[in-house]
Amino acid sequence: MNLENFSYDNKVVKNFAFASVFWGTIGMLVGVIIAMQLYMPVLNFDTSWLTFGRLRPLHTNAVIFAFVGNSIFAGVYYSLQRLLKARMFSDKLSNIHFWGWQLIIVAAVLTLPFGITSSKEYAELEWPIDIAITLIWVIFGWNMFGTILKRRERHLYVAIWFYIATFVTVAVLHIVNNLELPVHFLKSYSLFAGVQDALVQWWYGHNAVAFFLTTPVLGLMYYFVPKAANRPVYSYRLSIVHFWALIFIYIWAGPHHLLYTALPDWAQSLGVVFSIMLIAPSWGGMINGLLTLRGAWDRVREDVILKFFVVAITAYGMSTFEGPMLALKNVNAIAHYTDWIPAHVHVGTLGWNGFMIFGMMYWLIPRMYNTKLYSQKLASTHFWIATLGIIFWVLPMYFAGFTQSLMWKEFTADGYLVYPNFLETVTQIIPMYIIRSVGGLMYLIGMIIMSINLWKTVKIGNLTENEPAQAAALVEYKKHKGEHWHRWVERKPIQLMIASLALILLGSAIELVPTLIIESNISTISSVKPYTPLELEGRDLYIGEGCNNCHSQMIRPFRSETERYGEYSKAGEFVYDHPHLWGSKRTGPDLHRIGEKYSSSWHYNHMYDPTMTSPGSIMPAYKWMFTDNLSTKYTKSKIKAMITLGVPYTDLEYKNAVEDLNIQAEKIAIELNEQLQNPIVKIDKNKEIIALIAYLQRLGTDIKTK
Amino acid sequence: METIIGIEIYPIISLTIFFFFFIGIIYWVIKMDKKHINEVCNLPLEK
Repeated sequence: MNLENFSYDNKVVKNFAFASVFWGTIGMLVGVIIAMQLYMPVLNFDTSWLTFGRLRPLHTNAVIFAFVGNSIFAGVYYSLQRLLKARMFSDKLSNIHFWGWQLIIVAAVLTLPFGITSSKEYAELEWPIDIAITLIWVIFGWNMFGTILKRRERHLYVAIWFYIATFVTVAVLHIVNNLELPVHFLKSYSLFAGVQDALVQWWYGHNAVAFFLTTPVLGLMYYFVPKAANRPVYSYRLSIVHFWALIFIYIWAGPHHLLYTALPDWAQSLGVVFSIMLIAPSWGGMINGLLTLRGAWDRVREDVILKFFVVAITAYGMSTFEGPMLALKNVNAIAHYTDWIPAHVHVGTLGWNGFMIFGMMYWLIPRMYNTKLYSQKLASTHFWIATLGIIFWVLPMYFAGFTQSLMWKEFTADGYLVYPNFLETVTQIIPMYIIRSVGGLMYLIGMIIMSINLWKTVKIGNLTENEPAQAAALVEYKKHKGEHWHRWVERKPIQLMIASLALILLGSAIELVPTLIIESNISTISSVKPYTPLELEGRDLYIGEGCNNCHSQMIRPFRSETERYGEYSKAGEFVYDHPHLWGSKRTGPDLHRIGEKYSSSWHYNHMYDPTMTSPGSIMPAYKWMFTDNLSTKYTKSKIKAMITLGVPYTDLEYKNAVEDLNIQAEKIAIELNEQLQNPIVKIDKNKEIIALIAYLQRLGTDIKTK
Repeated sequence: METIIGIEIYPIISLTIFFFFFIGIIYWVIKMDKKHINEVCNLPLEK
């Protein structure tokens, strides 16, 4: 046999690993800050770029795409080379991938805090960055497939299947969800509106969890857990069922994020059914992961890496059980919009993602640096402080979630809401928010301990940038008699990719197509009209401030909600909403029927200092909106973009957009002057606050009987 | 929903695809060659 000499590229693995630790620390720090802002709103220091609404997307993007993203790439680049007995296809592509990804993260840091956002959850980045992500993602795929094609190992281990499915699906999700029409370099409108936009968004949002936070990490599990336990995976058969079942079912489950909303019922039911089915493959995977430690359980006591893995896989099992339960309509009716949801999410992210990554880092870094971990004790401390951190994070949020839900829904014997003032349900859970932030802080401290430990390890060790290896070249394969047909897929990566693509497209098509193409699915309401130019500008300010991070605009058809907010939301009311702003969490009350509920002067005071109208409110003060002038530079291009998207503005409305805007602003300014004898700030029709009030006063009024 | 022509076919198609897909996977997994499985699942442990 002819042995070939080659080397594994450890440098790119190291780069991604360090980037993951660096960005992860920042992302978690931002998380702790926004957690504290919920009980100390002053922590934004009266600056716009540090408010909760703007930092929350920064936190989620940083931890998902920078922390987990970079570590996935580190793990993939390490395991892929070894499983295929080949160096990465191109060092140049590896480098472009690494630096491109970091630049994208920097771009996120430079846009999100400044209100440059498309508002779609976990896809907030604006269109030029979306394009950059697409390009870098293609580079990653190209590099991966190049490596697969020049491999020296015929069979593709199941971890690689997970990587392939990740690549294909994330590409599809990212492109479809980010279809948007640019207005200018840093502003775009989603191609979809209202219900359709919401459906596409949650098809994406749910599958970002599935194919960015789950499948690649499962690939890592199937590689690194056997490595750390020094025994093969419990059942390879089970891993195959796990793979196909998971990617097949996951893609359908998105609508469970929209239960009881204006989404058509059949799509909601589809989401529920598939979510319940997801328990089977998820638990199959969890059992497979845990049983890989068969006969090695005694080592879990000593080996901190195995400890991390065991908790990670257990957390995976817990959150994949909880997820389907939350997808049941009756449970969802309680949990949706409450703090139960972040609790659920953080079992997955802190437990499953974080602990898999920590275990992997502690295993990888010493090996690549040819040394032992600097301190087992510090690693053990990290493990315990992070585990406790998760508990302190999650438990109070479960209590908070239940408390909110019970208070929102409680009626007196006479049929009135017991807590008609939403604020009461907020102040009630402040202690929970405080404990939660302590949990987050503990987790962050653990992360810092790990950084120090790894840094010390790197200092005493020596990196083998190019690790020498030897393997026989792949000889042409001759199919032997009686061979099972599936061997064909296992040998052929391209077929595997096409098969995965077909599977996810099938689910996506059945889920999305009917709602997207059939207009009659969404009944139009004749009284629903497009926003005026001033309202549209106000809406964009609402998006820029990230109001949708704390306020929903979707009243579910429950008595407790119609009593509190007004008539429940209809699909036809959102047909001009590019993008939809339904939100997913009610840290503050729903705003869909806020229009005309209060006087404009109430909004004026409330936005300047929320505690003036609502003592105890935890909403930030939006003082800059009273000093910043509303820019009308793009008003006409915005109307034009909306016309392109099918919003029925007339030619005249387009031509007179700015004039109309000024007239309406003037009207609101006069109204405010009448209502406020001594305004806190001099009323000026050119300020941003006027546009925001115009938008808020319009919300949900189209179907009100006047 | 009733307004969509031929909509009844959707659930039937879905169920059929599902049924046969999983029967297929289970059949394939059961029929897999043991030697081959052993070989592949030891791939991560190779030096």
